[in-house]
Amino acid sequence: MEFFISQILSGISVGGQYALIAIGYTMVYGILRLINFAHGDVFMVAGLMMIYLSASMPLYISVPVVLILTVLLGFLIERAAYKPLRSAPRMSVMISAIGVSYLLQNVALYVTGGQPTTYPAIPFISKPVNIFGVPTQWVTIITPVMVIILVVLLTMLINHTKVGMAMRAVAKDFEASQLMGIKINSIISITFIIGSFLAAVGSILYFTKYPTVVPTSGAMPGLKAFVAAVFGGIGSIPGAVIGAFIIGVCETIIKGTAFTVFSDAFTFALLIVILVVKPTGLFGERATDKV
Amino acid sequence: MKKRILALVLALCMVFTLVACGPKTENNDNQNNNNNNTDAKVIKIGVFEPLTGDSGAGGKKEYLGMQYANSQSPTVEIGGETYTIELVPSDNNSDQAKAVSAASNLVNANVSLVLGSYGSGVSIAASETFNDAGLAAIGVTCTNPGVTAGNDHYFRICFLDPFQGTVLANYAADLGAKKAYCLGELGNEYDQGLIAYFTQAFEAVNGEGSVISDSFPKDNSDFTTYINKAKSEGAEVFFCPVSIAYATQIISQAANLDVSFPFLGSDTLDDNMVLEAAKGTNIQLFVTTFYAEGGNPEFDAGIKEYLNSNSEAMTNNGGNDTISAVTVMGYDAYNLALEALKAAGSGDPAAVKAALPSVTYTGVSGAIAFDEIGDAMRDTAFIKTANTTDGVWEFVKEQAAG
Amino acid sequence: MEHQLNRKKMSSGALITVIVTVILLVAVIVLENTMNANSMLFTVLKKAAVYSLVAVSLNLVNGFTGLFSLGQAGFMLLGAYTYGILTIPAEMRESVYYIYQGSAINFSLQGLFQGLFGTAGVGGAIGLILGVLLAIILAGLVAAGFAYLIGLPVLRLKSDYLAIATLGFAEIIRAVFQWDKLGRVTNGANMLKGFPTFSSFNIKDASGAVAVRLSAFMPLLIAALCIFVIILLINSSYGRAFKAIREDEIAAEAMGINLAKHKQMSFCISSFFSGVAGALFAMFAATVQARSFTSAMTYEILLIVVIGGIGSVSGSVLASFLYIFCSEWWLRFLDSGALPFGNISVPFFRNGFRMVVFSVIIMIIVLFFRRGIMGTNEFSDLINQTRRKAKTKKEAAE
Repeated sequence: MEFFISQILSGISVGGQYALIAIGYTMVYGILRLINFAHGDVFMVAGLMMIYLSASMPLYISVPVVLILTVLLGFLIERAAYKPLRSAPRMSVMISAIGVSYLLQNVALYVTGGQPTTYPAIPFISKPVNIFGVPTQWVTIITPVMVIILVVLLTMLINHTKVGMAMRAVAKDFEASQLMGIKINSIISITFIIGSFLAAVGSILYFTKYPTVVPTSGAMPGLKAFVAAVFGGIGSIPGAVIGAFIIGVCETIIKGTAFTVFSDAFTFALLIVILVVKPTGLFGERATDKV
Repeated sequence: MKKRILALVLALCMVFTLVACGPKTENNDNQNNNNNNTDAKVIKIGVFEPLTGDSGAGGKKEYLGMQYANSQSPTVEIGGETYTIELVPSDNNSDQAKAVSAASNLVNANVSLVLGSYGSGVSIAASETFNDAGLAAIGVTCTNPGVTAGNDHYFRICFLDPFQGTVLANYAADLGAKKAYCLGELGNEYDQGLIAYFTQAFEAVNGEGSVISDSFPKDNSDFTTYINKAKSEGAEVFFCPVSIAYATQIISQAANLDVSFPFLGSDTLDDNMVLEAAKGTNIQLFVTTFYAEGGNPEFDAGIKEYLNSNSEAMTNNGGNDTISAVTVMGYDAYNLALEALKAAGSGDPAAVKAALPSVTYTGVSGAIAFDEIGDAMRDTAFIKTANTTDGVWEFVKEQAAG
Repeated sequence: MEHQLNRKKMSSGALITVIVTVILLVAVIVLENTMNANSMLFTVLKKAAVYSLVAVSLNLVNGFTGLFSLGQAGFMLLGAYTYGILTIPAEMRESVYYIYQGSAINFSLQGLFQGLFGTAGVGGAIGLILGVLLAIILAGLVAAGFAYLIGLPVLRLKSDYLAIATLGFAEIIRAVFQWDKLGRVTNGANMLKGFPTFSSFNIKDASGAVAVRLSAFMPLLIAALCIFVIILLINSSYGRAFKAIREDEIAAEAMGINLAKHKQMSFCISSFFSGVAGALFAMFAATVQARSFTSAMTYEILLIVVIGGIGSVSGSVLASFLYIFCSEWWLRFLDSGALPFGNISVPFFRNGFRMVVFSVIIMIIVLFFRRGIMGTNEFSDLINQTRRKAKTKKEAAE
């Protein structure tokens, strides 16, 4: 029983962290139809920046600085690597995303010198706590709560503000919204800013729980978050969150069985099954191709 | 037009790099050489280590030992002439796919023999390249039996996995454990090999089914599930012979999970990053290793001084001056190589290869002599435990396999 | 008339390309037997030959058919394992599979052939060559077979979904091959080794010394032949159908091209050659281990294709050689902290810098030279162009 509770707890916490990354994927995909392969690496870079910054300044300064720098990084990546390719075929943009991911990983490798780095302990959220007799960390409980708060805020932003309306319009029809006077480029930038901000928050929660950062730290969570976004129906924020929680819990349960070898493979198998059976995911809207 | 410019630029790049490569071999002489005396005769020793990638941290520490040894004895006396020793590093990226070209790079630089690598996979992958070139290689801490088996050019100065696995299993039994939980990285021959040998030896004592083994996929970071599983299965010892990055994750996550069983690790866990992760927790961690700090106070003092005076070396050692056993092994490997050069009477690779089997040397980590396979005859391993309050390794005992 | 003339010119350009390739191959044999055989040149040549074949096969499916597949590492893995499992000599198996106390398969293909032709001298050589060739072909077929099964469900997917699904398949295949329950076949986490490599093809004299070196020539020859077959395919009616699908699926379908069939065909053929390249990669690395076939490998190959120009076979080949030569050889000095000329130590040059420089170059190409080195042109086109220009100039002069 204790084992079961501990499994569910870590599943929910992993799921929450995937959710924060998945939102970035799903928003960008919804608008640009681009799998932003670099998103997972932005998440990793946020972790590294925290390590280097917290060594030289107190946490109450370094946390906001990390959030700002990560947002800036996301913004710059979009401006430098994706904007010039706006009219290019989708494959070029995706290759550009892979290139950025490759660049970020190699820069991280160069900066860390190939050594694994240890994330600083953040007061309170890294403290141990007992839930139903199961020892864990505060971050395990805070993560899902944080995710829910952020998602509610984000949904409000999207449904009730002008910017949100513009985002929905751009996602629906790129050209028509441009004709309606929406500044596409700033809307896309805002999307990237929100996505990177959430990735930065996610990285603080994630690396507090799993405190070793290596250059490839972002790759797997990134891919899994993408799978979660597809599972929930790409473009749908609640879908991405629910998808992330389902994948997080499934993955931890599989790790607890004899088939632990296939815990990653399972995620991809799930992805393929969904893509083949129901490509729009749980909450996605069916899009029709116009000829 | 644009394309033509690009073509031109690329062509220029090619020409430039070709020109740049031409005199590379001669100019290599100057690099990493403390005394740039061009008149002196030079013997090159290739360093085949992972300086980046999964095993980068370990490879750097091993290289550090060689660099320190090189700073201590930069020359060798052969037949009345003094030769300057130059270390030629080549990064194998901890990746088999890159290992072959990294090895070729050393062959191309005309080295006399090769030291390395940390990690058995890359050593096995590069083995044939060295063999084709008639080069002898001395494995420093590659513990997989496959490295030296079936060839006459690869030697090694450390103990082997079957031995280490048995030592660890015996020590686990000494700790009174009746049930063990093993965790290794999926697809990593080092982890899986050690677990297999550990299982054999442990089950021989405690009966079938006393070992539960799991593998985690590459780049995994959530280990709480595995630790909880070990708890719920009633394991009395947790064996995790994994790479440094994973080991730090396992230790720091276990610290928050209230575990009562001790953690057992292999030589990879003897690293100050792992120690750092264990510091301030209530984790019991035991590792088998090649050397325990304090075994040779003179050496310890010397290398600590070297580390503290060289900021780059300090960074490569993980930011503090705790001595890793791999550094000691790197030091011994370098000195053994000097002995081999003396025995060979020249820097000719073939002569070095012929001389190596009979070379003996008593290093910081103990006496080294090769058996007919090319392995060092070692019958004991050091067991150390992490002192979690002070963040230092404490020597427990020397353990034999029997 | 005009059409015919063009065709004729096409073949003259192609002919020159073929002749140049043959000359280069002969040059490699000559160099190999005259130069220091351990030179870095031959290592990078071998690796570049392997990579050029994968790059061309990836280009076939991505550049010529417009299917964005990222499963290449998985298909290479299948090929490499098939080759390794089938060619490890029977007497080596015990020691290679030492963790599992022997292998489930206890013969090697070249061993079977050598049973027919004898093990010594010419018979042994024939046995070895036949065994290795058969293993390479089987490696391709296994990869193609898996591609067929994978293709059935996923080829219906649109571009980026297809990419992520194939990437996922490559990861699943890797997990399966590392699973210790299959250890008696795949050797689990341990590596396969001991199988014939490129240097097994060096012709030895009676004393065992190497008489004629062919170890760098072999992979180049195999890669050249495979690429030649791919070019023939691209220039056939199937190739034109692939290009039509790339340009516009719906229009292609309206023209009577069977989408499912042609996509499946392109995907399987591409995987076949990736499998062959995987076998060659195994021979290059002398070991096979599943962990080296990661998605990073696929990305590397994809970037090579992009550098060369998506939709150009010559570009992919050229880019493979440039990329491997630079990353494995010429730019190594970026890691070592010393410039190749003089004795200047540059502060930024330390381990990992090479890859940073590389990724920056790649980003520059992706952003500013989107067409890559060759665009969609081939060598033969360029030759034809220059000839035509020279001709018009001459005519103008007259």
